[in-house]
Amino acid sequence: MQSSTRPVALALRGLRKTFDRPAVDGLDLTVYGGEFYALVGPNGAGKTTTLRMVTGLLRPDAGTIAIESIDALADPIAAKQVTAWVADEAMIYDKLTPLEYLEFVAGLWRMDAADAELRARDLLGWLGLAPHAHERCEGFSKGMRQKVALAGALVHDPKLIILDEPLTGLDAASARQVKTVLHERVRAGGTVIMTTHILDVAERMADRIGIIVGGRLIAEGTLEELHRQTGQSGTLEETFLTLVAGQAEAA
Amino acid sequence: MSEAGTLTWLAQHELRLSWRDWVALMTAGRRGRAYKVIIALAVFAACMHVFAYWLVAGYANVALTADVPTLVALTGTIAVAMSLLLSQAMESVTRAFYTRADLELILTSPVSPRKVFAVRMIRIACSTVLLAMLLAAPFIDVLALRGGARWLAAYGVVASIGALATAISLALTVALFRLFGAKRTRLIAQIVAAVIGAAFVISLQLVAIVSSGSLSRFSALQSHWVLSHAPALGTFFWWPARAVLGDLDAFAAVMAVGIAALAAAIVLFSRRFGDHALAAAGVSNATVRQRRWSTHFRRRSPRQALRVKEWMLLRRDPWLISQTLMQILYLLPPALLLWITFRDGNAAYVVLIPVIVMAAGQLAGGLAWLTISAEDAPDFVTSAPIARSSVLLAKIEAVIGMIALVFAPMVAMLAFDSLRAGAVLALGILASAAGATLIQLAFRVQAKRSHFRRRQTSSRIATFAEAFSSISWAATAAMAADGTWFALVPGLAALGILGGVRLIGPPRE
Repeated sequence: MQSSTRPVALALRGLRKTFDRPAVDGLDLTVYGGEFYALVGPNGAGKTTTLRMVTGLLRPDAGTIAIESIDALADPIAAKQVTAWVADEAMIYDKLTPLEYLEFVAGLWRMDAADAELRARDLLGWLGLAPHAHERCEGFSKGMRQKVALAGALVHDPKLIILDEPLTGLDAASARQVKTVLHERVRAGGTVIMTTHILDVAERMADRIGIIVGGRLIAEGTLEELHRQTGQSGTLEETFLTLVAGQAEAA
Repeated sequence: MSEAGTLTWLAQHELRLSWRDWVALMTAGRRGRAYKVIIALAVFAACMHVFAYWLVAGYANVALTADVPTLVALTGTIAVAMSLLLSQAMESVTRAFYTRADLELILTSPVSPRKVFAVRMIRIACSTVLLAMLLAAPFIDVLALRGGARWLAAYGVVASIGALATAISLALTVALFRLFGAKRTRLIAQIVAAVIGAAFVISLQLVAIVSSGSLSRFSALQSHWVLSHAPALGTFFWWPARAVLGDLDAFAAVMAVGIAALAAAIVLFSRRFGDHALAAAGVSNATVRQRRWSTHFRRRSPRQALRVKEWMLLRRDPWLISQTLMQILYLLPPALLLWITFRDGNAAYVVLIPVIVMAAGQLAGGLAWLTISAEDAPDFVTSAPIARSSVLLAKIEAVIGMIALVFAPMVAMLAFDSLRAGAVLALGILASAAGATLIQLAFRVQAKRSHFRRRQTSSRIATFAEAFSSISWAATAAMAADGTWFALVPGLAALGILGGVRLIGPPRE
């Protein structure tokens, strides 16, 4: 399918954010509906800042953000209604159980109680958390906490899921469960945007990969398209390092 | 520098940690604040000396061979101090048990854990003693200045009761561990510490109310019943009081008891301290199954969902339970006085209403900090489709709801006797709680719930504003209960504080 005919899930135009130095510097980015998009880049490249602006956690200095054709800066509530955010550190409550947490999330997203409960129980089952549904999260491992956070992101059936380093610190089994759930989500028509430092994961999971350096998108496309840009074949890691080194030389 | 692994080397390490902990507590972790803290402490010390002069200078010439009423008053004061120190020491010992920090490093190192924990217990004793000495110093200094060097013996007595309080708190906490296990001990120890801290003062007030209809604890100590049942002058019961007056024999005995008790506690408990601490550290990994009244989801608006979440977290917060219990304990004497007042048909609302209004303000300040600043998942809530103003409103509603739950019985009790007084109390509680909440809102910073103890050092302006706001609303309520239009003056002052806070509070995006 041609990109121009596909619905746009996320469109960033001229996005800019400066702290003591420019963190995001006139970023243009388009992610299409039903796409798994990986945003990769070296430390301090502006990946997390970009995603925090998309989710409404930071206000950009300049530029526009459109989520599912909703102007996220003009109508943040409507944009948040169709978006879910999963940070690298699970944002859950130690003193709540997974089921109580999901009931809280359902309330925030104004879900019908019966639908929310059904979905919550299904999600806990898929993620292997059903036996722990009534246990407080305070005793959970990092993997279990991350899975609870993921369940919270999925329970309200968002069109766009944004994840910041979701696999950091997870064991192999938990990582596989998270990847499977995300793939299922994309297969069902959802859009996933993920930042990661694990290039193998980006290579295997993503439909398209964006490489961000110094707050700008320096390359984007499928793995083959990125290879063509660098004239290389092989792994994403080699291509990534070549592109980043080239950018450093140019700077 | 001492040789590594020796007691003195470990003591130096603990001393350094304590010092840095204290500096961080005083400066809220900001280096530039150190000189301001020194100036503030010097001013505070000077003010405390002036206050102490006003309060105790007249007693400086009490003779070494004091009479029974003087000894009863001194012994009562020492008992109050002892109960407060015991509460403080118990809190420190419980924290030492449940703080994982360097526990695994210590237990996997080739240093004897018994030695390490013995030093740690001494550290707790030292911090308890130091705190007691700092608080007692202005009074002792004034007495020594006016009555002679013999009063300096009081420093020794304070040190001794600090050591004794640490020893008793160690024994109590270990006993709780053995009785209830690591999982329940933290909550029970916090409640016991709160009760011990308040119990003696409250008991004296209750006795005073019943015997003389007054809230003053000293009226109980000087009552005919207490004086007639006091032990004979020559007994050991009066040693601490005599030691304070400068009796050297009594001083030596009191010091010996304090040091011996602490040494015995260290010898007895240092061996098992590591086992208990390990058991306590394992509690964080333990599974807590939550029983639910209903297993089905309920349809809620975002604000309802936030309120229910806050109430659930507050209900499951062991610190809050112990603090609320302490607030309720402190309200028992006024409640009793209220009951006696009704019985006698004497309207003493002017005394009672401000006490309750002030307590409501203080409790609301703590609750507001927990709900507003100590949000565990701030980014998650921000990423939800709900306006920021609605989030804050829901949190304020959660605080006011909790305050209503705690104070409604007192309002109802008062309204039963006088509707007007009940209405004044209800409005006073609402204003005081709302004021404290708005101040916390203006000075909100992202923090962890476990940092609650340090919340007052992160912004002293907020702390003072909260205190003055509660005092102003208490005064407003007292005057309103008395039916005078002068109530508007402290009311306007309270509103002025809120306006000032809005002006000087940190800017928001």
